[in-house]
Amino acid sequence: MSNYVISHLKELESEAIYVIREVAAQFENPAILFSGGKDSIVLTHLAKKAFFPAKIPFPLIHIDTGHNFPETIAFRDALVENLGVRLIVGLVQEAIDKGRVREENGADASRNSLQIVTLLDTLETYKVDAAMGGARRDEEKARAKERFFSHRDEFGQWDPKNQRPELWNLFNGRQNYGEHFRVFPISNWTEMDVWEYIKQENIDLPSLYFSHQRDCVQRDGAILANSDYIKLKENEKVMPMTVRYRTCGDMTITGAVESTADSLDKIIKEIATTRTTERGGRADDKRAVTAMEDRKKQGYF
Amino acid sequence: MEYQDIELLRFTTAGSVDDGKSTLIGRLLYDSKSIFQDQLQAVEESSRSKGYDYVDLSLLTDGLKSEREQGITIDVAYRYFATPKRKFIIADTPGHIQYTRNMVTGASTANLAIILIDARKGMMEQTHRHAFIASLLRIPHAIVCINKMDLVDYSEHIYNDIVSSFKAFSSKLSIKDIQFIPISALHGDNVVNRSKNMDWYAGSTLMYHLENVHISSDLNLVDCRFAIQSVIRPHTFDYQDYRGFAGRIDGGVFKPGDRVKSLPSGFISTIKTIELNGEEILEAFSPMSVTITLEDDIDNSRGDMIVRENNVPNIGQDLEVLVSWMSTKPIQTRTKVIIKHTTNVCVAIIKELKYKIDINTLHRIEGIDQVEMNDIARMSIRTSKPIFYDSYKRNRQTGSVIIIDEQTNETIGAGMII
Repeated sequence: MSNYVISHLKELESEAIYVIREVAAQFENPAILFSGGKDSIVLTHLAKKAFFPAKIPFPLIHIDTGHNFPETIAFRDALVENLGVRLIVGLVQEAIDKGRVREENGADASRNSLQIVTLLDTLETYKVDAAMGGARRDEEKARAKERFFSHRDEFGQWDPKNQRPELWNLFNGRQNYGEHFRVFPISNWTEMDVWEYIKQENIDLPSLYFSHQRDCVQRDGAILANSDYIKLKENEKVMPMTVRYRTCGDMTITGAVESTADSLDKIIKEIATTRTTERGGRADDKRAVTAMEDRKKQGYF
Repeated sequence: MEYQDIELLRFTTAGSVDDGKSTLIGRLLYDSKSIFQDQLQAVEESSRSKGYDYVDLSLLTDGLKSEREQGITIDVAYRYFATPKRKFIIADTPGHIQYTRNMVTGASTANLAIILIDARKGMMEQTHRHAFIASLLRIPHAIVCINKMDLVDYSEHIYNDIVSSFKAFSSKLSIKDIQFIPISALHGDNVVNRSKNMDWYAGSTLMYHLENVHISSDLNLVDCRFAIQSVIRPHTFDYQDYRGFAGRIDGGVFKPGDRVKSLPSGFISTIKTIELNGEEILEAFSPMSVTITLEDDIDNSRGDMIVRENNVPNIGQDLEVLVSWMSTKPIQTRTKVIIKHTTNVCVAIIKELKYKIDINTLHRIEGIDQVEMNDIARMSIRTSKPIFYDSYKRNRQTGSVIIIDEQTNETIGAGMII
């Protein structure tokens, strides 16, 4: 066997760095959409590696629903400080106050789909022509058909039936006025790849991802954190539980899993034996079979 | 961890409606335990609501709303699974003629192609098409799965007939490694587990092949090619004069100390360091993303190429290209287009349409005045500036181009340089 073989993590890293560098070269105003979740943290780490010893040559954009975990915000601010990059925050509360969107009512209300308006407004305000995200194709069936360079029309919409073919490593980022791109450098990574990479690279994560004690509410098979943003239904009880998070969205919709995994090794072991997908705990995907496809078409992440 | 340091294999599957492609992928995912409980539950529910009396594994690969409504796949979908030996990326492409462009797309990054044949039907037009595209895109390995063996009584005779007719056809192609396996995707025979119904088959299972096929020798380690993506200049106190050339190795093996030549300037220099994130790399080869610094201050920029002093690519403006046409808008001679090749972009003109290839018979159709969607045609293209290229046969990275419509900015063609 020849020695000219690289591991799958190295190959995925190489591919992602190539894509990030293409974005920096092909676009005027790129940005990373930073949610504070592990995927966007990995993406930011890759961007740092891509341009070292120079700084990341574009800002991070965070769409803040106002329903974030406080740990996420603290982590975000420390990371930005550390990297010396610019942070742009788009506030969903602002769109609500201006009457651009209306809040959902009822116990299952979430600000998840309200983010679309703030996201598109923020991209327009800062004239972002390429917004990089940490979405992966293995997450969800609509995402399985996503391109690395995903074209959006002037309304920010995704047209899955009319995507540009993507061949070899030749990415076509040419666009007409008013259009923009979403770019997904870690498209080919799986949840396991992300965790193994975090371990290999020793990447810091918010404490939410590790096992901790928290007051929780069980709803429709999901475990939700109790917070000021959640309205309890009749006969729902708040209970202290030992949990951790596999994804990191709003407090109102991101389900925790019961887990005692408090280290990366234990988490990797847990994932290797786990029998549900990481978005299985996301109430936003459970609204309809095509919930993700529908939101993506409108301009969602 | 047992998952670490394993190789990545990218493969493509092409198949038409009903030849069991989705079932095969579902089977690979299911038997390799890559399917999660909530996914399986969703498929069980869908199967029930459709009135099936079995769990239809093919529903696992169903994607978009419009696809489910029509019961077809319209786009390339990517699937992932891993075994302790390898991690796999499947480019799952629909196989009907109108989706030739999707098959080409899926094939462009694949190490291996799975070609499915329905044992009851034998070689069909689409089989020719799939094999031809795998060959055209220079996929080095192919596995021909003769599927639905359960429906032909696991007949060795039928299997052998199909194998010999495939061989007769594939002798005209350039796939260097072809394996044949009799399978039943529905029942799992020879997919992950050996079949008890086909004692006459002494070869290995599909999964064994996927896990063990030797792919590292497919790399071009001879011709050193490094297309510059961007120049890293930090302008900080610690790195005042730093000038790093960022890119992904397209071929060959680069080492610090190597004498190299920059194109198009022709300047010769020596590699000072190869690095990523400040960590030094002693040998860099495809597909590694790295940053290269040179001993001399050379003003390279995006689109330039670093090569070995005594092994340079072709440099020129006239390309002979086999093109897979991907746009609903046909193309004629004298059309102005944009070409993207490695990290270079330039205007180009279609000088001549030479012939189309009938992808079922491999015959040339000469005297054409336009090329339409899903055609494969040979063209002469003239670029507005010299580009640095190899034949596609020698290097998939430096031998490929995409053609972009000047007005709409759509990708309208994929070309392989002859």
